[in-house]
Amino acid sequence: MATTVHEPPRIQEPRRPGGSVPAGNGGMRNLVPANGNLRAVQEYAPAPADAGIWVVLAAISMSFAALTSALVVRKGGAADWRHLTLPSILYLNTILLIASSVTMEISRRRVASFMGNREGHSGSASRWLYATLLLGLAFVAGQYVAWGQLRAQGVFLATNPSSSFFYVITAAHALHVLGGLGGLLRVIRKFTNRSLRRSTLIATSRYWHFMDVLWIYLLLLLWAKL
Amino acid sequence: MHDMSAHAQAGHHAPTSFIRKYVFSLDHKVIGKQYYGLAFLAACVGMVLSWVMRLHLGWTNLAIPGLHFLSSTGAPGDVMTPEYYLQLMTMHGTIMVFFVLTTAPFAAFGNFFLPIQVGAEDMPFPRFNMMSFWVTFVAFCVLVASFFAGDGPSLAGWTQYAPLSAVGSVAGPGQGLGEVLWASSIAIFCVGQLLGSLNFITTTLNMRTRGMSLWRLPLSSWAWFITSIMGLTAFAVLMPACILLILDHVAGTSFFVPSNLVINDQLQPHSGGSTLLWQHLFWFFGHPEVYIAIVPAMGIVSHILMPNLRRPLLSHRVLVYSMGAIAVLSYMVYGHHMFVSGMNPISSIAFSFPTLVITIPATIIVLIWLGSLYGSKLRINSASLFSLGMISMFITGGISGFFLAQPSLDIMLHATYFVVGHFHFVMAVSAMFGIFAGTYFWFPKMYGRMMNETLGKIHFILTFIGAYCIFMPFHYLGLAANVRRYQAFTDDYLQPLIPVHKFITVAALLTGAAQLVFVYNLIHSRFWGEKAPDNPWQATSLEWATTSPPPFDNFGGQLPVVYHDAYQYGIEGATDDYVMQNSPEQIEAVRDEA
Repeated sequence: MATTVHEPPRIQEPRRPGGSVPAGNGGMRNLVPANGNLRAVQEYAPAPADAGIWVVLAAISMSFAALTSALVVRKGGAADWRHLTLPSILYLNTILLIASSVTMEISRRRVASFMGNREGHSGSASRWLYATLLLGLAFVAGQYVAWGQLRAQGVFLATNPSSSFFYVITAAHALHVLGGLGGLLRVIRKFTNRSLRRSTLIATSRYWHFMDVLWIYLLLLLWAKL
Repeated sequence: MHDMSAHAQAGHHAPTSFIRKYVFSLDHKVIGKQYYGLAFLAACVGMVLSWVMRLHLGWTNLAIPGLHFLSSTGAPGDVMTPEYYLQLMTMHGTIMVFFVLTTAPFAAFGNFFLPIQVGAEDMPFPRFNMMSFWVTFVAFCVLVASFFAGDGPSLAGWTQYAPLSAVGSVAGPGQGLGEVLWASSIAIFCVGQLLGSLNFITTTLNMRTRGMSLWRLPLSSWAWFITSIMGLTAFAVLMPACILLILDHVAGTSFFVPSNLVINDQLQPHSGGSTLLWQHLFWFFGHPEVYIAIVPAMGIVSHILMPNLRRPLLSHRVLVYSMGAIAVLSYMVYGHHMFVSGMNPISSIAFSFPTLVITIPATIIVLIWLGSLYGSKLRINSASLFSLGMISMFITGGISGFFLAQPSLDIMLHATYFVVGHFHFVMAVSAMFGIFAGTYFWFPKMYGRMMNETLGKIHFILTFIGAYCIFMPFHYLGLAANVRRYQAFTDDYLQPLIPVHKFITVAALLTGAAQLVFVYNLIHSRFWGEKAPDNPWQATSLEWATTSPPPFDNFGGQLPVVYHDAYQYGIEGATDDYVMQNSPEQIEAVRDEA
């Protein structure tokens, strides 16, 4: 019960976008200047997208965890389960998606260093972004081909629980990749008209890498369980 | 007070067009009011449905004038068919749980007050926030559309147990198109709540103003934060479950329908699905959902009690930890809904243990409330009365929970009205009382006008007595083995219980009619109520540090700076007996835990 005066935390130096200090989740509480000017807040506060993207990824993880457990429960003790051989084009698609993650990382670094006025020019950064976009599109197209191959073999959504899960899980993942492609288009547009924020770029690249890791997990799951 | 020099509000322009201002608004305050309006509409629909059901239960084959307008096949000659009773029951449960108990205390009040309480000018993703409401609105429309589509809404109950929910129209009226509409509506609803949760979590983590450490957040903000984490994980599981259910319907898959199932002499063309799988997926969402309804009410009630007690609760931190513990445990207890499902008895024991454990944080919260109330001079107003009412309902409902947590007792009581009484008290009515308390408390801030206190107190007394008259006899009925989900009680042993049902029906109608006092108060106060001062309750948190109603950017161009814990009441030596969070006044710390 000592006498205490509640001083607000000391104001840290504002972190400027593009600076060398990585944007964290410090929040506005440290960043409102003493006079409380809102404009300054908007300019300097680390963007909520930094934290928000983890929230999004957590929700997506929960959804796929639910599908995983559904698969495991449905397979356990089911007499009607027939093994499904994965179409081999999936492995090519996997390579495409991993490659797109690599190009995403290169473009993220190029764009970041361009925004930080350190080196590089916008053209090379844009090219890597477009390369990522193309590889992502190629992945989705490849998944579509895989579904076509299964259909040609007479394996449809309702043919067997294994095929049901195959279509549901790959379609859910492909939809999320399409969402990521939308985000990527937005990044390209904003980068072209010089309104891209660092947090948007980081959030998009985290999402993209997550799609990559998620796909590898799903591929292993489908390979081991179907 | 901090200096209010004229800084430009250049950053955040208020919209001028009607559409942007009132319809597709990006302002969290407008979105909060829209959610409140939706919850209000849904509550009216849900309540009318309960009246119709209660009338039918009290007086079987009673003609309810006009019912055939709702469904000519479901209520030929205004008398509802047994199937139509189940359809109305399904809609009552779904509408109340999703569109009232989730939207009002969490989405409505949370949207309006979370950004203000943390000292932000808005939520970080206003477009997602707007989508969150409109997606929820579409979900409501899709659900209500099932009244008028095909042979009416689904009859599988709000829990939608498979295989009944998964085999299609052969299972009864409403199980074709109505069922698909139900599952679609809930999947859409999940999207809305996920977008909302994203905003709530990032608002709490990233948008707090200077000096607003996590421990200085008001308890209502803590409750919304914890609830949004539960919502994020729970709705992310329910959505894929709904999609699988839809696929079983429209695409002929067999996720939830077992082999060799014969319904109405027809062998179903499905094979090997797991009916328990649906229950696992559903209750993994469903149990946290109970706490999604009640935790915001706990936060709201705690937040309201303190300005009326004029002293802090016994412990701010323990209350937050307890709400957090409830959130974590809520994922481990869901199996207690499945004790009679044919699940392995060892699983039952495994789920029973955390179910009993989760009563500990709930009890701690109740004891904090009661201990804080003990010996206090509580200011009696509508908001504090409804807070006391919420505590009362929660205790009553919680006590019957102890019995149901034990599989051996639950097997006897599960399919009876005992469970109906339990969950209506612990989740539905207590959350409703939280909503009422929040309404009386925050109405002046939301609309800039005071509500009528006399009418509020009348509303409380009638609703409090009415709620006990309706739901307390349910426990008695359950102990007398009155089965639930039946549309009529024709067995001999149930005949002596019919008068109890009639009593409940009359109580439900009267309590429902008493809500007209509230509706009148709401409408009258909105337009003709006394003008509200900025801080009518002499409260400390940031929503009272701005005007009533708050300006577009909440604080008139200047974010507040926070110097104190959320609840500095009963401060000796302060100018008043309280110190607002944004007041730089230096005080001797009382019960300061930060």
